[in-house]
Amino acid sequence: MNVLALETTCDETAAAVVTGDLTVRSSVVASQDKLHERFSGVVPEIAARAHVERILPVIDEALRRANVGLQDIDAVAVANTPGLAGSLLVGLVAAKALCVAVGKPLVAVNHVHAHIYACRMASGKNVFPCVGLVVSGGHSNLYRCEAPYDFRYLGGTIDDAAGEAFDKVAAMLGLPYPGGPAVSRVAQQGSRTAYRFPRSFLNDDSRFDFSFSGLKTAVRYTIAGKGNPELQKCELPDSQVSDIAASFQEAVVDCLVGKALLAARRTGLPTLCVGGGVAANGRLRQRLADETQRAGVELHIAPLHLCTDNAVMGALAVERLKAGLTEDLTLDVFPGLLRS
Amino acid sequence: MKQLEYNAHSLNDTDNLGRVLASCLPGGTTVALCGTLGSGKTRLVQALAAACGIPEGLALSPTFVLCNEYHGRRTLYHFDAYRLKDEDEFLQLGPEECFASPAITLIEWADRVESCLPDSRLEVQIEVVAETGRRFQLTARGEALERALDEAAKLLGEQCRPLKE
Repeated sequence: MNVLALETTCDETAAAVVTGDLTVRSSVVASQDKLHERFSGVVPEIAARAHVERILPVIDEALRRANVGLQDIDAVAVANTPGLAGSLLVGLVAAKALCVAVGKPLVAVNHVHAHIYACRMASGKNVFPCVGLVVSGGHSNLYRCEAPYDFRYLGGTIDDAAGEAFDKVAAMLGLPYPGGPAVSRVAQQGSRTAYRFPRSFLNDDSRFDFSFSGLKTAVRYTIAGKGNPELQKCELPDSQVSDIAASFQEAVVDCLVGKALLAARRTGLPTLCVGGGVAANGRLRQRLADETQRAGVELHIAPLHLCTDNAVMGALAVERLKAGLTEDLTLDVFPGLLRS
Repeated sequence: MKQLEYNAHSLNDTDNLGRVLASCLPGGTTVALCGTLGSGKTRLVQALAAACGIPEGLALSPTFVLCNEYHGRRTLYHFDAYRLKDEDEFLQLGPEECFASPAITLIEWADRVESCLPDSRLEVQIEVVAETGRRFQLTARGEALERALDEAAKLLGEQCRPLKE
């Protein structure tokens, strides 16, 4: 069995061919592949029209590398939630057209659930049931994952996602984009206890939510002072930048690790799976490893190439297909986060 | 053009501004939000969303997803231009459909895409003055919004003062 999976929820256009036993036959991510000539030399970064230009070459390339033709595809999977409406539509319309053309079933994939499923793909063994934590630029959510097709939302950010907080703090500190790696790099020379930044909800065991907006603002006050609107004029010594970065990173990591372990305790589930771009953060990986070991929880973190958006994690569709969960052609996109 | 200033001393005051805007802004209003990182642009949108009956936790920062949409007593489109390279990228998100709809369209970092905005709009400039203190400068462009701002001024009471007629 071959499943063609498509991913167009945000900035990336990606396609992968995965078999029924979860072997990855090909994986193409537009921004990471040297396919510029196929896109007339231009790879725009954002928005639906960019997906329109890239989706067909990306599908072609995924089929070519998998050494299969359209007739060899047994189902087409597409991430239809959450994301930017116009971007989601490009993937969905492409998937529907292929389903009609080859007369094969359509499978819907929740992009955030797929980030957790990346851990299943990487570990090569069943990881369910588990607690799932997705941390990226756009999401910071915790799930109770009974099965690959049965995810229950436990909590998430009520304002900024963790990755967004990293990017904005990097900008305030004059560090380059993307902010995650930049903050993490300078934090290595800093003191994690130099500043005591807020850890929203960390001591509130009644909820599994995050809030990073207040933390971002607290960093701002540390840099510029409480009533100072002029952030750009504040030149900080390198040592202070490192201390702020390290203290900020520790506050984010405390919240993520704390709530993930709270979820494991409360649900009694033996395994924690972590995916999304922020799961690439070294300090987060280290703290998760230390504290899950102490708590006797089995930890799976997506490898770096499956942390950022990709279509391999759309292999979640194989499980849905086997469970008989296919869609008809009335399937729509759901841009917002589904809380179920 | 009409301008007023609203001085919020606390998050409650920001919530109050959100409530007043939710009740006074006519359908089809575009709100341009400007202010530095951490000034509270998303926070004001959350206050407005809460006043429209949109549950907490749904109105989130759209910096990465670029546009969120919320459905409560009123529909809100919530854009964020922070991550965009230029105005063309903004136009590719399809904001014109939102401007033409009866929803309220809110745009964070709107100063980065100013030439794409409709002539009739409410501009909200947020200035950090203390830990929870914010000065909101509201500028109404277009007759309908000037009338709406007059209404808002009455509801906001003594913490607001007119700047320009």
